[in-house]
Amino acid sequence: MIFLRLFFEFFKTGLFSVGGGLATVPFLQNMAVKTGWFTYSDLADMIAVAESTPGPLGVNMATYVGYTTGSTFHGSIGGVIGAVIATLGLVTPSIIVIMIIAYFLSKFKDNKYVNNAFYGLRAASVGLIAAAGINIVLIAFFSANSIYDMLGDVHFNPLHFLLAAIIFVASRYIPKIKDLHPVVFIVFSAVVGILFM
Amino acid sequence: MGELLELFLTFAKVGVLTFGGGYAMLPILEREICTNKHWVDSNELMDYYAIGQCTPGVIAVNLATFVGKKRKGIPGGIVATLGVVFPSLLIITFIAALISNFAELVWVEKAFTGIRICVCVLIFNSVVKLYKGAVKDLPAFIIFCVVAICSVFLSISPVIYVIIAGALGILIQNFKSAGDDKAKEVNR
Repeated sequence: MIFLRLFFEFFKTGLFSVGGGLATVPFLQNMAVKTGWFTYSDLADMIAVAESTPGPLGVNMATYVGYTTGSTFHGSIGGVIGAVIATLGLVTPSIIVIMIIAYFLSKFKDNKYVNNAFYGLRAASVGLIAAAGINIVLIAFFSANSIYDMLGDVHFNPLHFLLAAIIFVASRYIPKIKDLHPVVFIVFSAVVGILFM
Repeated sequence: MGELLELFLTFAKVGVLTFGGGYAMLPILEREICTNKHWVDSNELMDYYAIGQCTPGVIAVNLATFVGKKRKGIPGGIVATLGVVFPSLLIITFIAALISNFAELVWVEKAFTGIRICVCVLIFNSVVKLYKGAVKDLPAFIIFCVVAICSVFLSISPVIYVIIAGALGILIQNFKSAGDDKAKEVNR
């Protein structure tokens, strides 16, 4: 039963991939080898699509794999069912684990040790987000996948910096404009990208 | 029922407006959940991020479950999660069914070049805001710097950083309160 296997495989992926969207990639590679549902080059396409559409990466990957696998076996209706099943499989472990943690968190929220731990956790959390931001800067401005790529030849487009400067000033300093919803800046940048990049 | 529907719609909105995973989601999430709805404050959001990074699953989903659970218990957690994945289901299914070379379309590529640049700036803005709430003294500043620098240069799982930072948090605060007690004794 393909749908049951889809659910199970993505349940496993959701349960063991820790730390965000790209953490699911090794599991999908393993899935490709084990099940033969898709090849490595299909996977590269899936990553490209997942990265160029809205939504969390891991969820996009699950939906895409679920659709293509389901439709191979049962046509486009099978595809839709596969997409839903794979996505539900991916999120089920999260829901269970987070519910349990949230329960204990609300129970121990006045505990001194828990609060002290969060004092360190918050600082680390902002640090991790800052690092993720730096990695996105490397990709967006220099097409570098890690800081070490910066040691080699670095290419960049001055236009990218100009756009960044405009968004930076507009979103931080210009009255009224800086309070606009972030999506306004995203749409503006997408249009600039299509027209000039 | 009203608030469940609101949870679903808000997280669906966050899902639709997120380009490129859990971190890119932060500016949108902060605007929708903290500024607009006041469902959680920015420190709670950081707690959820920290936990979401060292628990299984996609960060965006973990966050949705957390916020939903906080607002409306178990049904809230489930509804918020379904909300955040709903746009992906629609959009990706549509693309997978109809457009075989979506990612190679030139205008999609160009749009995303622009979006990525914008997301950098938006994440920077969020980090500045969250930093003010989370890093208030020297030890926290050191934790922030070490984690940020190490994770740019080394590929160590975030789980490790989160566990060490939590342990350090307990140690540092104990040390501080021990210091305070001593100061009180001296004053006496």
